[in-house]
Amino acid sequence: MSAVMITRKATRKWEKLPGKNTFCCDGRVMMARQKGVFYLTLFLIVGTCSLFFAFECPYLAVHLSPAIPVFAVLLFVFVIAMLLRTSFSDPGVLPRALPEEANFIEMEIEAANGNVMAGQRPPPRIRNVQINNQIVKLKYCYTCKIFRPPRASHCSICDNCVDRFDHHCPWVGNCVGKRNYRYFYLFTLSLSLLTIYIFAFNIVHVVLRSVDSGFVNTLKETPGTVLEVLVCFFTIWSVVGLTGFHTYLISLNQTTNEDIKGSWSGKNRVQNPYSHKNIFKNCCEVLCGPTFPSVLDRRGVMLEDSSSPTPSDVSAASTHKGSNPVSQTTKSSAPLIPNEHTPDEAKPSIGAGTQKSTSSPKEEKPPSPTSPNAVAPAVIKESTH
Amino acid sequence: MATEFHNLQELRHSASLATKVFIQRDYSDGTICKFQTKFPAELDSRIERSLFEETVKTLNCCYAEAEKIGGQSYLEGCLACATAYIVFLCMETRYEKILKKISMYIQEQNEKIYAPRGLLLTDPIERGMRVIEISIFEDSGSTSSSSTGSPSSGTAQ
Repeated sequence: MSAVMITRKATRKWEKLPGKNTFCCDGRVMMARQKGVFYLTLFLIVGTCSLFFAFECPYLAVHLSPAIPVFAVLLFVFVIAMLLRTSFSDPGVLPRALPEEANFIEMEIEAANGNVMAGQRPPPRIRNVQINNQIVKLKYCYTCKIFRPPRASHCSICDNCVDRFDHHCPWVGNCVGKRNYRYFYLFTLSLSLLTIYIFAFNIVHVVLRSVDSGFVNTLKETPGTVLEVLVCFFTIWSVVGLTGFHTYLISLNQTTNEDIKGSWSGKNRVQNPYSHKNIFKNCCEVLCGPTFPSVLDRRGVMLEDSSSPTPSDVSAASTHKGSNPVSQTTKSSAPLIPNEHTPDEAKPSIGAGTQKSTSSPKEEKPPSPTSPNAVAPAVIKESTH
Repeated sequence: MATEFHNLQELRHSASLATKVFIQRDYSDGTICKFQTKFPAELDSRIERSLFEETVKTLNCCYAEAEKIGGQSYLEGCLACATAYIVFLCMETRYEKILKKISMYIQEQNEKIYAPRGLLLTDPIERGMRVIEISIFEDSGSTSSSSTGSPSSGTAQ
């Protein structure tokens, strides 16, 4: 395979990335494999808003104020922008270790473990670090062959380690992690506002119109109202509750993953070492902190064996184009053959990937998760090594 | 010593790789990007400790600067939020600007300090910001002194 035809398209790195993501637009868009629920979300939002603009807005613009539809349009555009931003961006995926790095870590582990008697189980691969006077355990990821940074977790749906992993959200069709958490939060917040807005103005519209023509006639003239009210009613309970839950998490600088696992619940005098102990500071860090660039060079061009480095496109995703020749990425894919170090939980995860369509996600939307400890309507799936 | 590797290109294409050393992240200050300044034993005979520490400390400073939560990051965040983050499609973020600076710094360090000693730094962003990879190339003039107890685990070449 040494002859390179001139017309052959260059291979971009996203085509060779391990993990179960799908990529679109030549690597610019990155999503999970299962996108069905995301399309449903999009359909519900666009559909409900279309009905609102078609049925309610003409009447309200004339009888109340033209500012009402204008504000609705702005809010709608913001919601869609946040949804697409959350769904299409890299959540903070950590690339897998290249073979040399993986070997280096293995050697360090073996040196640290010393002599293990034959037949005995080797000790679990854990590294302890001290952060703000708190001992935090870093676990080893057998799939990615790295010690996960603090707050990172492996998403078994996408088969990636994600930095500051929050949860995998099927409604946006992507993981929520360090890079897209603020977009996710702004999406839920703006969607709550939009839903409440549409619901309120539906009621106003029905009341105003019923005064003129009667209740039943109103519903006959604007049949979309009934549908909108139904959708908004159920959406409000879940989305507003979710927004409240995430506001609570942000004020404590916790992730959904940590909350569910009870990492910083306070027993054994364990406290969250990442919290600034100040609600305002925590909110600022999460919402107004720096925007981290992606470390997955999706649009970089993969080099053939001995060619000179080809400059890749300047895009928002890839800013790191040093003059170093790029070596083959990630030949170390997930261990298909479990070795003696792979714990039992890791083994079936590869086979389970093909059955995702039949296995229903564990979440169903619970009504009104008002208490902070309620399970948010999201799938938190991570293989616990 | 390894003064025959003046040219960085020459180093990459003609020298043979002996081993690689990985400088790990230092999480003692939390999740910010910071690398350990502990001097690895494999570099003992190749480079002065102070030069290495200087490089790593400068890198740590740059990353701390990029991740600083202060006036500029607030402004950037609020402006971007007000435009529904569309402005990021045309504007480069502060972090990206600093990453470019870091990339140039590493290249300069490689040319001036590391390549003449038969070493090569890899930009951490190419390794997922997890490690600073330092490739140690064999001295063709002397015996390969760099591989201290590293077994043939496929790292060479």
